[in-house]
Amino acid sequence: MRTFRGGVHPPERKELSKDAPIERLPLPEVLYIPLSQHTGAPAKPLVKKKDKVKRGTKIGEIQGFISANVHSPVSGTVKGIGPWYHPLGKKQDVVIIEVEGDEPEEGVGEERDVDKLSKEELVEAVKEAGIVGLGGAAFPTHVKLSPPKPIDTVILNGAECEPYLTSDYRIMMEMPEKVIEGARIIKRILEPERVIVGIEDNKPDAAERIKEVAARENWIEVVLLKTKYPQGSEKQLIYALTGRQVPSGGLPFDVGVLVQNVGTCVAIYEAVRYKKPLYERVVTVTGGVNEPKNLMVPIGTPVKNLIDYAGGAKGEIGKVIFGGPMMGLAQLSLDVPVIKGTSGVLVQLKQEVFAGEERGCIRCASCVDVCPMGLVPVMMANVIEAGKHEMAEKLGVLDCIECGCCAYVCPTKRNLVQYFKYAKREIIKKKKKG
Amino acid sequence: MLVSSSPHIRTKETIESVMYAVVLALMPALLGAIYFFGLRALFLTALAVISAVLTEYIYQKITRRPITALDGSAIVTGILLAFNIPVNSPWWLPVVGSFFAILIVKQLFGGLGYNIFNPALAGRAFLMASWPSIMTGRWSAPIRPAGSTMSGIDVVTSATPLGVLKYHATPEVVAKLNSGPMLKALFIGNTGGCLGETSALLLLLGAIFLLIKGIIDWRISLGYIGSVFVLTGIFYLFGITRANPLFHILSGGVMLGGLFMATDMVTSPVTPLGRWIFAIGGGVIAVLIRIWGGYPEGVSYSILLMNMVTPLLDRLTIPKRFGEVKK
Repeated sequence: MRTFRGGVHPPERKELSKDAPIERLPLPEVLYIPLSQHTGAPAKPLVKKKDKVKRGTKIGEIQGFISANVHSPVSGTVKGIGPWYHPLGKKQDVVIIEVEGDEPEEGVGEERDVDKLSKEELVEAVKEAGIVGLGGAAFPTHVKLSPPKPIDTVILNGAECEPYLTSDYRIMMEMPEKVIEGARIIKRILEPERVIVGIEDNKPDAAERIKEVAARENWIEVVLLKTKYPQGSEKQLIYALTGRQVPSGGLPFDVGVLVQNVGTCVAIYEAVRYKKPLYERVVTVTGGVNEPKNLMVPIGTPVKNLIDYAGGAKGEIGKVIFGGPMMGLAQLSLDVPVIKGTSGVLVQLKQEVFAGEERGCIRCASCVDVCPMGLVPVMMANVIEAGKHEMAEKLGVLDCIECGCCAYVCPTKRNLVQYFKYAKREIIKKKKKG
Repeated sequence: MLVSSSPHIRTKETIESVMYAVVLALMPALLGAIYFFGLRALFLTALAVISAVLTEYIYQKITRRPITALDGSAIVTGILLAFNIPVNSPWWLPVVGSFFAILIVKQLFGGLGYNIFNPALAGRAFLMASWPSIMTGRWSAPIRPAGSTMSGIDVVTSATPLGVLKYHATPEVVAKLNSGPMLKALFIGNTGGCLGETSALLLLLGAIFLLIKGIIDWRISLGYIGSVFVLTGIFYLFGITRANPLFHILSGGVMLGGLFMATDMVTSPVTPLGRWIFAIGGGVIAVLIRIWGGYPEGVSYSILLMNMVTPLLDRLTIPKRFGEVKK
């Protein structure tokens, strides 16, 4: 079975939510829609206080090359623009919308004949819809679809290797046609030789659904991958499926590959075919909630609405994590809104929260064995502790993908990822200074 | 709500779970020692363990450090130290050995994770240097000698098979050493030697458990024992050693050293290549000492010597990273 070197097998816990069909979350009363939900420059607000908006109205406009448009998921009134809780930690500007209804903006939902659109028009439609990668990194998709080098292989990422998360699984189960139609659009834009869907072998039924649809086409391959975290990490996925290594400091296009999450494919299809901007997404709400669910959530919905709709927490909440338990971000407040990159909300009860203390390293080298990037985490952490960031850079800390395997297995519970995030930030800061 | 860095889940593995797994893995060999050498083996091991744990506790108490005396690592050191002394040693020998191992070799270097030398091996080296006559001169044969294996060999003054090879190797004796019954006795453990080192079988049993749990690295064990086997095999073919390679890996401390001492995580390299070099280097040194050195056995010094180059090996063997290719 295809895979990569290193990695770990955390408990999957996908059974909690995997059989819950995608449900539409009832419209909340107020939405807090961040202008920055993507890698790159924040969108420029197009609305002001008291403006009326509709479902699909563009409220934030792309600024610069790497950026993305932002749209309203509802009809309602802008109550203001100002700083609010943001999943990335620091407060950031949001457009606050008082929800009135579901009335669509003119043109939204209008069917288009995909085949009649040129490549440029296809990319433009994706750009206009504000689509970003839905796997978590939220990189603007239209930028990815305009690569500076030729692409010979397009990979659809259905690995969903993070424990607990089932949003991609549900998408593959419930709308495999849309996944494939999205892939068809990408194929038309990039004209690759191969299109491969990679799915971990713990989701055989999802793979089967995709295969059924793919069988009608002759240009798409479905490949099962070994279930191992972080199989869905871009570089590991490319390696497993093509044997190519994205060079250190490089991007997938350096090896002629483009990776898109399966959910992003659906968004691309809906944007092109139905002029639907990316104003909602599927979010798994799981962990210590009474009824784990997969929800279609309007962007900007406070996370407490999701937890309440999932039957509330089973006990005292210890941690709320956006994303999975391996790479997700712990949240400060229940008022933080869901954004385009939010694949899941994991609730950890107080007694489930890891609170062990960091102890001295015993040099067991488990971290070396599991690092999927072939780094030596123990040595990097030691030099970072000693303040020697140049040494850490030489050891390759900038290649660290922050997957968390090292810290996950560490018997002395060192916060290795935290060291590396810190060092990376410092090194990049210093580089920018010159 | 708690905000801390990812990952938000961790394995249940702790220092304690690792160390007590090693303790458990040493139990078959300890039971074997009791069977082969009598209850005194247990008595000496208990003394070594108590001394190791108490030394750590008192040191940490006096220096006001967090008390970790029961994290299992001192227990491992105690057991391994006892495994490295003859069964008829005086009671104070393991006590002094563990005291030295924990205080000087482990705690004064900064405690668990910071020590350069394997504490039990350095403790043994200290005992060897201080009381050589006890450490090498007072072998006792096992209480259940395996019939014919050593008959005709002088078992009074130097009963270890390696000692016999070094000092009493007449052609008839060499033939016996290389014989099936002798190799079988060595494999089972029914021969003279330090109390925990004699049974390859029981040591392997514990080591397989640790290999499965991923606590010891097969590269180190295979590299060490394998290099002893290959090198003595070559030397045997050229007539440089008269014992065959099977005799060499089953006798003395090769099994105990290769499975439980060289694999000590603290004092071995963290990189895969570093571990290979460490292990093979150790095996080669052990053979060189056995054949040309002043002692019949070279396992403990070979590992201590390689312990010294561990930091260097780590620095020189940083693996090639994923993506370290031409753009």
